[in-house]
Amino acid sequence: MAQVTLRKVIKKYDEVLAVRGVDLDIADKEFIVLVGPSGCGKSTTLRMIAGLEEISGGDIAIGGDVVNDVPPKDRDIAMVFQNYALYPHMNVYENMSFGLKLKRTPRQEIERRVKQAAQILDITELLDRKPKQLSGGQRQRVAMGRAIVRDPKVFLFDEPLSNLDAKLRVQMRTEIKKVHQKVRTTTVYVTHDQVEAMTLADRVVVMNAGLIEQVGSPHDLYHSPNTKFVAGFIGSPAMNFIPCQVEQAAGALRLRLNDKLAMPVPASRTNRYSSVVGKPNLVLGLRPEHIMETRPHTESDQHDFEVPIEVVEPMGMETLVYFTINGTEVCGRINPNAGGVAGQPMKLRADLSNMHLIDDTTGKVL
Amino acid sequence: MADIAAPNATVLAAGSRSGLHKLMQRKSTIAFLMALPLILLIAILVAYPAGYAVYLAMLNKSMSKFVGFGTFEFILKRQAFWDVVYQSCLFAISAVIFKAIIGFVVAHFVHNIPAKGQRKWRGMLLVPWVIPPAMSTLAWLWLFDPSYSAFNWIFAHFGISAVPWLGEAGWARFAVILVNIWAGAPFFMIMYLAALKSVPEQLHEAAAIDGATWWQKIWYVNLPMMRNIIAITALFSLIVTFANFDIVRVLTNGGPLTATQIFATWAFKVGIESGDIPQGAAVSLFMAPILAIAAAFILRNISKRGSEV
Repeated sequence: MAQVTLRKVIKKYDEVLAVRGVDLDIADKEFIVLVGPSGCGKSTTLRMIAGLEEISGGDIAIGGDVVNDVPPKDRDIAMVFQNYALYPHMNVYENMSFGLKLKRTPRQEIERRVKQAAQILDITELLDRKPKQLSGGQRQRVAMGRAIVRDPKVFLFDEPLSNLDAKLRVQMRTEIKKVHQKVRTTTVYVTHDQVEAMTLADRVVVMNAGLIEQVGSPHDLYHSPNTKFVAGFIGSPAMNFIPCQVEQAAGALRLRLNDKLAMPVPASRTNRYSSVVGKPNLVLGLRPEHIMETRPHTESDQHDFEVPIEVVEPMGMETLVYFTINGTEVCGRINPNAGGVAGQPMKLRADLSNMHLIDDTTGKVL
Repeated sequence: MADIAAPNATVLAAGSRSGLHKLMQRKSTIAFLMALPLILLIAILVAYPAGYAVYLAMLNKSMSKFVGFGTFEFILKRQAFWDVVYQSCLFAISAVIFKAIIGFVVAHFVHNIPAKGQRKWRGMLLVPWVIPPAMSTLAWLWLFDPSYSAFNWIFAHFGISAVPWLGEAGWARFAVILVNIWAGAPFFMIMYLAALKSVPEQLHEAAAIDGATWWQKIWYVNLPMMRNIIAITALFSLIVTFANFDIVRVLTNGGPLTATQIFATWAFKVGIESGDIPQGAAVSLFMAPILAIAAAFILRNISKRGSEV
């Protein structure tokens, strides 16, 4: 059990900076997910923690000891790879016990640990099989079993579910969460899938272009993103970004989206936004679930408007409607019974109590 | 009767015609026809000479009388034959073992050279294998020359007395094996390098995290993953080395006396130089059963192992 600390960690490939100074404190027993688009440096960061990549600058400490120059085998970590990396010539038992065998663990102890891990993962009856005889999900379990038997300080997962089909991915996601609840080892998990990140993590680290954009609980990232990147990356369907202006209107502020459409800014935010009145390059960020059908009862900060609907996507439990404001496509999430017909105008309601105002020049949420 | 039998005949004829048609449609028939040119080539270049050798081996010395297995029985009683068996096995087995070890080690070194410089090294290391052995062996002949040996000249600087490279049985055997290793190791190197490149990098990373040292990565990951290539390359090389002719012919011509005589050179000496073609053919035919045993031994389990990966 150990905490992991990254201080100004840099990775340079020739002249290209892949990771540009990452600072991160991972607490003992914490489940941290690094998430970001491909090429953002998340896998490189994980591989530097593992010791598979040398670091070009900064410090990495595991359990308080700086491990910059410690080879992977002496870092006491276990890693699950995207394509599982099981040894094809060994059966499941041999695959899982390989690390312990190299550490000269007594045979009874190896057997006890492998059996225990196999039980946790429900793969006891597969122990004699070769990896080739296993399905993708089973291989994934074996790869996790190989990590668990080692009882390492840190688990590292490098996009472990990317090779599975959608249904199995959801199943294994729950499985990983269950395993972590049983084993409680510090875990660093890399994925490009924000749903995986949100569902698994104690804290999510959103990375972009070699830097950390924001670190926070899934709830924090979803409801109070710091930047436009995080706001757009977390959540599906993605947050709507509508160009807008803030105007003064009789002691209050007003958001102007286009010539015809303007909405009052919630009173609680008047102070926060007063400095940007009249400024160009502002963007209203509003999640699809905060654009809904009109309802009889109106709460404060909700505003009704009418737009022609362009596309309707029924999802079953909800219906997505798409329309255009100010040249930008906007998505709303309505009750499937509320109607909504493509090509016809519809009355919708925007809930501005959950709005974000973004300065598009800096990308910061105001 | 006739007009009753006639329809039957047509049915039969139609049946056999459609049978032929079906036969031509079968996948195995098409596959056979497509392989036929190669089969004919092998028949002409391999099967016919082999069959002819068997025929020749069963004639008497003047090739005027059929003597069956008489020549074979005669050869089995000759001490010279058993010397050749011993020398051929010694030559082939020790050369293949060293070629395999050197090829394996060098392949690992080359594999770890950064991609940019690797082509250059690969090219240079292949040179001994690419030069026709008859030519490169001439260079070795000069290096081993009793009067002008470059090796002895270097040894002299260190106060070591001259080595009779090709003049003494033990040294001559050492010399032919050494030259064969020199010429053949690059083949092993390139085969093992290809096998090494097909071992997924992630397995090495997984092993590194599992706590394996560089040696344990080779022993537990590379070696098992390369097993099939190692076996097939060794077998292939064993056959070629066992049947080697040019290196021994140029370097020692079987000498001193018969100390380095192996199957191919002895068959040549007996059959062509001494003019006993049936006995030469019989000698060369003895290679087949020996190599068949070696092949069965090396290739056991190979199909089973192939399905694991």
